[in-house]
Amino acid sequence: MTETTTRTAPDSGTEVELPVHTDLLRLATAGSVDDGKSTLVGRLLHDTKSVLADQLDAVHRASADRGLATPDLSLLVDGLRAEREQGITIDVAYRYFATPKRTFVLADTPGHVQYTRNTVTGASTAQLAVLLVDARKGVIEQTKRHAAVLALLGVPRLVLAVNKIDMVDFDGAVHDKIAAEFTAHARALGYSDDAVVTIPVSALHGDNVVERSERTPWYSGPSLLEHLESVPVAPDPFDAPFRMPVQYVIRPRTSEHPDYRGYAGQVAAGVVSAGDEVVVLPAGIRTKVSKVDTPDGETPRAAAGHSVTLLLEDDVDLARGDLIAAAGTAPRVSDELDATVCWLAEKPLQPGARVLVKHGTRTVQAMVTELSARFDEQELASVDTPDALQLNEIGRVAFRTAEPLPVDDYADSRRTGSFLVIDPSDGTTLAAGLVGLPLAPLAAAVGE
Amino acid sequence: MTAEQQIDLPGEPAPAGAPPQVDNLDALESEAIHIFREVAGEFDRPVILFSGGKDSTVLVHLALKAFRPAPVPFPLLHVDTGHNFDEVIAFRDQLVSQHDLRLVVASVQDYIDDGRLSERPDGTRNPLQTTPLLDSITENRFDAVFGGGRRDEERARAKERIFSLRNAFGQWDPRRQRPELWNLYNGRHRAGEHVRVFPLSNWTELDIWRYIQREKIELPEIYYAHRREVYLRDGMWLTSGPWGGPREDEEVVAKTVRYRTVGDGSCTGAVESEAYTVDDVIAEVAASRLTERGATRADDRMSEAAMEDRKREGYF
Repeated sequence: MTETTTRTAPDSGTEVELPVHTDLLRLATAGSVDDGKSTLVGRLLHDTKSVLADQLDAVHRASADRGLATPDLSLLVDGLRAEREQGITIDVAYRYFATPKRTFVLADTPGHVQYTRNTVTGASTAQLAVLLVDARKGVIEQTKRHAAVLALLGVPRLVLAVNKIDMVDFDGAVHDKIAAEFTAHARALGYSDDAVVTIPVSALHGDNVVERSERTPWYSGPSLLEHLESVPVAPDPFDAPFRMPVQYVIRPRTSEHPDYRGYAGQVAAGVVSAGDEVVVLPAGIRTKVSKVDTPDGETPRAAAGHSVTLLLEDDVDLARGDLIAAAGTAPRVSDELDATVCWLAEKPLQPGARVLVKHGTRTVQAMVTELSARFDEQELASVDTPDALQLNEIGRVAFRTAEPLPVDDYADSRRTGSFLVIDPSDGTTLAAGLVGLPLAPLAAAVGE
Repeated sequence: MTAEQQIDLPGEPAPAGAPPQVDNLDALESEAIHIFREVAGEFDRPVILFSGGKDSTVLVHLALKAFRPAPVPFPLLHVDTGHNFDEVIAFRDQLVSQHDLRLVVASVQDYIDDGRLSERPDGTRNPLQTTPLLDSITENRFDAVFGGGRRDEERARAKERIFSLRNAFGQWDPRRQRPELWNLYNGRHRAGEHVRVFPLSNWTELDIWRYIQREKIELPEIYYAHRREVYLRDGMWLTSGPWGGPREDEEVVAKTVRYRTVGDGSCTGAVESEAYTVDDVIAEVAASRLTERGATRADDRMSEAAMEDRKREGYF
């Protein structure tokens, strides 16, 4: 668990608590316009003392310039000129705060402009997502859409923050009704009840954000921050079969290391140990790991998330783009990709289009062979068959690739089941690709 | 200390049901190494922007770790404003020779001497770095430029991608950024364009210092408390140097100070500090009520959108 030491700051003489060892939680926030998301994030930063005096002074000055009576905490997070001028959030912004228990990386995703694009981006790396609703409006269409996208991207845990609870006179019945409706929706998307938590908050006044509020006596759960500090999160699935895309071949060819040949990469899933039988894909060559090297020296084994260098027993032909996988449970290798695609570009997707697919460390040419379904955005449960997929739409797409790719289903491995679709003409990222039908309602909707 | 920072592996004794704990410095280091290796694998001519400051020194340390036991497969680029602290230049040269690195210098002074740039009325040269930087990128055909920028530094930086595409003029367009998904970075660019890469995006100032402590990374001495003759201007303790000195109404006093950032000498202020060691600095940063830029950078105080404007023009 987390240990702390106390030190005295040299100048001020203040005692500060310093973590000796903290873990990292990556989270995303999502909400609709005017749900108060920037205010909630500003409040979290402010109340965890992550906002320093000069930043706060700037907010006070800017609020006064705008004729506001109280400082507008959303100004802490709206970073671009256009955002401050228009009072909106345009792009995903990353925030950092820490408590003695945990360090947090927060992807703050705006709700209204290009919501799918932004939510997909924030959700792709998140271990938990905080969704906001306005207590006066309850669960709306966009809440359901956001939850569906988060479920699709495999975000393991959700928190529903029922904001502006002060505006409904701290009425527990209002909260409970929203909680029941949201939990039912989340369940339909495949979340177990213990993966979803609902918290009544007032971002504006701070109720249940950091400190538990006395004004919600009917609520016995943790404050939002307490929950974020204590919720169990596994960094990556450790029980999954081993996967590592090769990034770079390290060959020093120096007098000290004349024969060193190491395959550098970040373990994408599972665990690798010296002596393990592995297979190099797509070639299908079997060999054994002779050594797991790290920048700090040799290690007996390494797990998902570790950047390592593997040395192999046999002298195999291996380059950037190849995947090293556990020999017994290797992914399938195919030049046909059946995937769920979140389309993120203005230019629509059309069958027959020539694109690039970036999977792991390999980029290959590909052709869109079929667009078989477009999923309804709220439940992802009903479909139609469109001629094209437009910006922010989610559909089922088949690709043929110029070279075979070793892929897992996204539902089994977020890292080796995901890919980018790229425009070969200008390099634009067109889509987020997820191998297979990662969500039960999707499979049901297309009758599989 | 080191033992506590190991990732707990499955199979080792751990409380039942508890997920493996990953130390946040291990996670940040692994992410940065992954980014360095992606760039080495996908770009032809990367370069590391190096100022001699703590963030770029940490960058070099991570680059060394990413390719060990092979050497770092790209050079360093120092955009030299000519307003240097002697300690920083000595440190730079020592680091380069110690690790057998290659160094490219783009000199603002050369541009001023031959008239391509003119000195600003306020004497500060930070904004003048953009032209020599972009020229050097073009001349050397650098296609990926590593910077030490962190998203916690400033509000405009908070919206920057890890791989940030710049057009042929080096400009950043915040409204046309590519979505950055999973850890699949898209570095594709057209001829003449380049990509700025920020491996420290997710680090905070405190993370940087805790990492410096853990890895025992050497820094220029001016990061630690020392006696220095300084004068007060715009609420900051400036030191005199070739960039000018105190005006007649500014009194020079001896203070015990340190620098929280290292930049152009004319606009980088020292803070009063008794932090003589890394441990002291960590305690000081954790207790600080000011951001490092707010405390020590006159150039960032210019307007609400000072950094955004400079980034749009091609600044770091």
